Amino acid sequence: QLPGKKDLFIEADLMSPLDRIANVSILKQHEVDKLYKVESRPALSASDQFCFLVRPRIRTMRYIADIINADKMSGRSRKYKIIFSPQKVVIVTSVPNLDVTCDEWSFYLLPLDEDIISMELPEFFRDYFLEGDHRWINSVARALQLLSSLYGPFGKAYGIGRCAKMSYELWRDLEEESEGEGQGRKPEIGNIFLMDRDTDYVTALCSQVVYEGLVDDTFRIKCGSVDFGPDVTSSDKSIKVLLNAQDKVSPHVPWGNQVPQWHQEEAEQRRRGMDIKQMKNFVSQELKGLKQEHRLLSLHIGACESIMKKKTKQDFQEMMKAEHLLLEGFDIRESTSFIEEHIDRQVSPIESLRLMCLLSITENGLNPKDYRSLKTQYLQSYGPEHLLTFHNLKRIGLLTEQAAGDTLTAVESKVSRLVTDRAAGKITDAFNSLARKSNFRAISKKLGLIPRVDGEYDLKMPRDMAYVFSGAYVPLSCKIIEQVLERRGWLGLEEVVRLLNGNEFAVSDSTVEDNPAWDSQRIILAVFLGGCTFSEIAALRFLGKERGFKFIFLTTAITNSSRMMEAMIEAKA
Amino acid sequence: MSRARADEEEYWHSSKFRAFTFDDEDDELSQLKESKRAVNSLRDIVDDDDDDLERVSWSGEPVGSISWSIKETASSSTSSLEGHDSSLQKGSSSYAAFPKQASSYSLSSLFKGRNKLPSFQSLSDALSDTGVKNYAPELRRPRAEYKDYSSDWSPKDTVIRMQRGKVCSLERFRSLQDKLVLLDEAVAGHDGNVITAVLIFLKRTLRREILFRELEVRQVALCHLIHFLKETGEQKFLLDLLRFLDRTEEVALSQYREHLNIQDVEKRREFLKGCIGLPFSAEDTSHIQDHYTLLERQIIIEANDRHLETAGQSEIFRKYPRKASILNMPLVTTLFYSCFYHYTEAEGMFSSPTNLKKTFKIPDKQYVLTALAARAKLRAWDDVDALFTTKNWLGYTKKKAPIGFHRVVEILQRNNAPVQVLQEYVRLVEDVETRLNLATKYKCHDVVIETYRDLKDRVQLTAYKCKVERGSAEEEKINSILNN
Repeated sequence: QLPGKKDLFIEADLMSPLDRIANVSILKQHEVDKLYKVESRPALSASDQFCFLVRPRIRTMRYIADIINADKMSGRSRKYKIIFSPQKVVIVTSVPNLDVTCDEWSFYLLPLDEDIISMELPEFFRDYFLEGDHRWINSVARALQLLSSLYGPFGKAYGIGRCAKMSYELWRDLEEESEGEGQGRKPEIGNIFLMDRDTDYVTALCSQVVYEGLVDDTFRIKCGSVDFGPDVTSSDKSIKVLLNAQDKVSPHVPWGNQVPQWHQEEAEQRRRGMDIKQMKNFVSQELKGLKQEHRLLSLHIGACESIMKKKTKQDFQEMMKAEHLLLEGFDIRESTSFIEEHIDRQVSPIESLRLMCLLSITENGLNPKDYRSLKTQYLQSYGPEHLLTFHNLKRIGLLTEQAAGDTLTAVESKVSRLVTDRAAGKITDAFNSLARKSNFRAISKKLGLIPRVDGEYDLKMPRDMAYVFSGAYVPLSCKIIEQVLERRGWLGLEEVVRLLNGNEFAVSDSTVEDNPAWDSQRIILAVFLGGCTFSEIAALRFLGKERGFKFIFLTTAITNSSRMMEAMIEAKA
Repeated sequence: MSRARADEEEYWHSSKFRAFTFDDEDDELSQLKESKRAVNSLRDIVDDDDDDLERVSWSGEPVGSISWSIKETASSSTSSLEGHDSSLQKGSSSYAAFPKQASSYSLSSLFKGRNKLPSFQSLSDALSDTGVKNYAPELRRPRAEYKDYSSDWSPKDTVIRMQRGKVCSLERFRSLQDKLVLLDEAVAGHDGNVITAVLIFLKRTLRREILFRELEVRQVALCHLIHFLKETGEQKFLLDLLRFLDRTEEVALSQYREHLNIQDVEKRREFLKGCIGLPFSAEDTSHIQDHYTLLERQIIIEANDRHLETAGQSEIFRKYPRKASILNMPLVTTLFYSCFYHYTEAEGMFSSPTNLKKTFKIPDKQYVLTALAARAKLRAWDDVDALFTTKNWLGYTKKKAPIGFHRVVEILQRNNAPVQVLQEYVRLVEDVETRLNLATKYKCHDVVIETYRDLKDRVQLTAYKCKVERGSAEEEKINSILNN
């Protein structure tokens, strides 16, 4: 939109999304001369026009202001244009008035896979859940509006969480205004389910064991692609690989017996017989595919090797054992001392935080003695400035200290472990009424999140969604979705809802014709506010297969335990 | 006689403790290796010309991708300094990667196999469609837009307009009452941007005390203002607000947070000193005190050691030059450092481990772990030995550890301790199964043999014979046990 030659400055975290939809030659067509990364380095350029493609952040605005002011000082005159993605937020205008033109790159949806759409807003998690800032709710509502303008209205909306409720309401407001456009359209996505990340922190904090989750935990998947370093590629370079359903070799659909598509095509071609031209086409197209798959395969094998090496080094077995004990609520002492040793040995600070949070959430907070001692040791091992991290974790509710009265819960959990009949339930209820907490133990019992396994859990023949955590735990978030879809509402889940602190809703759009025979009834848009993990995606894909649903995921970002923990750490300005 | 034999059989056959050998895992790895080999051999079958594949640069970015090009700009702008270098890297390492699969950008495959509606529009089409722009109008519109604006919108209409990204002047909301209605409407509208915009207006037009008082009963708006102040760095305003709200702990933390931005260690130390008096909880006050003391010590140690190192007189520094300065490191790292370079110093010295242990009340467990890691790294096995040896009042010595001996073994092993050292500690691992595991893993044959002997596990012992070297002392030992 800025005619003429220009230099383009791109923010680092917009590079991967842009890379997926454009490349340099397209930019060159738009007369982009040079490309720079937005970072704190003064730009030396002879160009007369600067264009900035950035996130609406104060830090970035200051960077731009510095460039402009430096130009002013040296008497250079240039034209400046700032493009905000996905939208401009008010806060950026607080940087002193600059003589620039602004625009927005309404980049709300990035399809990562055939069923995953990411909004690429990792800061959503911290901004909303820690700071209580509603600035991204508008973006979520607009993303929903965009989707419903493409696929028609959603017949039924379910949700749980305050942010889910607000996003839904704001989206409805936007829809009402543009009423008329989507009227009478047949819905293509029959159901939508919105969920706040704080409904279920436990699942997000668990070590992932499904393939994509492992790759994400180990190598970090960025915008659906992963950088495999030299230890994987067994060469001195790293390679970027796109992970999605088109990639038939990565074992992310472990139980499926789909015939890869090119096999089918190939068979068909054979049947029909090929002329020379077709043959040539086959060789150039299909064999190319084969070759790529072959290369991908060797990369994935390399990745597996590297993951296995890393996991054996970090005594993964022991960690999984501790994690499973936490989920089941057995032998909390042992898990606590495992975490303590983890901290003392200065094993990864993020892992230690994660385990502490898992302990806190599953136990409704740490008892004051443990809290103090773990905190002290953490600060000694990883640095005193983590005092701020602990404060943040307490505010967001991920790592809390039981108040004096709460120590009863320890007694309660012991009692309920001893008494397994209905009396235990009553005791639990009585204790729970004392305080509003994460209540994981009670929810887990109500929903049966810890499967009773007789003998080995056969991972090759998964029975339930617990397979994503090697049979030890059914992800809470997915279980809720399953239950609500099954009941077509929250009826019968009152107790669970109360334990989850309410804010549930189920709305049918009366203007939308409801025909159970339509395929769209089987399609569910699962919206995760604050991020979802690859494990959750795998679990719901499995559920879809079992029950004949098709899930589409819309998430503010793909997350995992490390990203969540890192979001809680204070960095220097 | 026959009964005795039966007993003996029973005695020997109970092969309960099968050591978990890491062979299992090796198998899996070797399986992988197999597949790898298989895949690699395929390479010969698949013809290997890469011409049709995308080129990628040394960093793995496809040549022509945006991230690659940015790196190019970066390296070319510094090319006067290291142009030689970068051209070298570039030249040596272009290679092929996989072309992106454009089809993955479309959601249409979702509905594969279902009745595809003619009206169905794929997402990628939609995104490139300029019509989408309508959903996100600019906040700042060209001047002409100002004309369509009326001065008597209700607060609600104003909020709705702002939510849609249209320009609205807030100036006409003059009375406090109007302003608060506007704020409440903004909060009810759920759009954080609008809330913040209204707050910026209120902040500019209301007296602080009034704004603070009104926000106290409006928690959502309050969160927005606090976040706004944090982001824009209006520290003084933020502190005033927090003080007004009586959130003393947050006042303290928020001030303490500023130390992150102070680079100079002397200034940072001074600043931390000032933080000690802030209204933290009793527990946190001691953490802050420790932070200050730690940095103070580090400054002293750093100055001394830098001097020692440059003087080149101290052997330890010559042999193991420091990789980084100790400033701003965590306490445990500092302890490790002091166990590494200053282990034998008297307690009176600031840099001695015992001094650190006392000053910061480091628990025994933590101390032993750290000292062990440091001394093992230096291969000072005698120090390791002394760390676990206790004498009782009769003068008998005994090995004791506040951490499990399996951990001790692990740390020693990681530092390549010789088998003689290792096996002494493997032997002390209490849990029989773990002991067998570790002993087998680290080839501490004596320990394995003795454990099986104590377990009277003839089967396993016989099986173990093939793991030891033929004709070795170990084999003899096994034979003599089996024969007895």
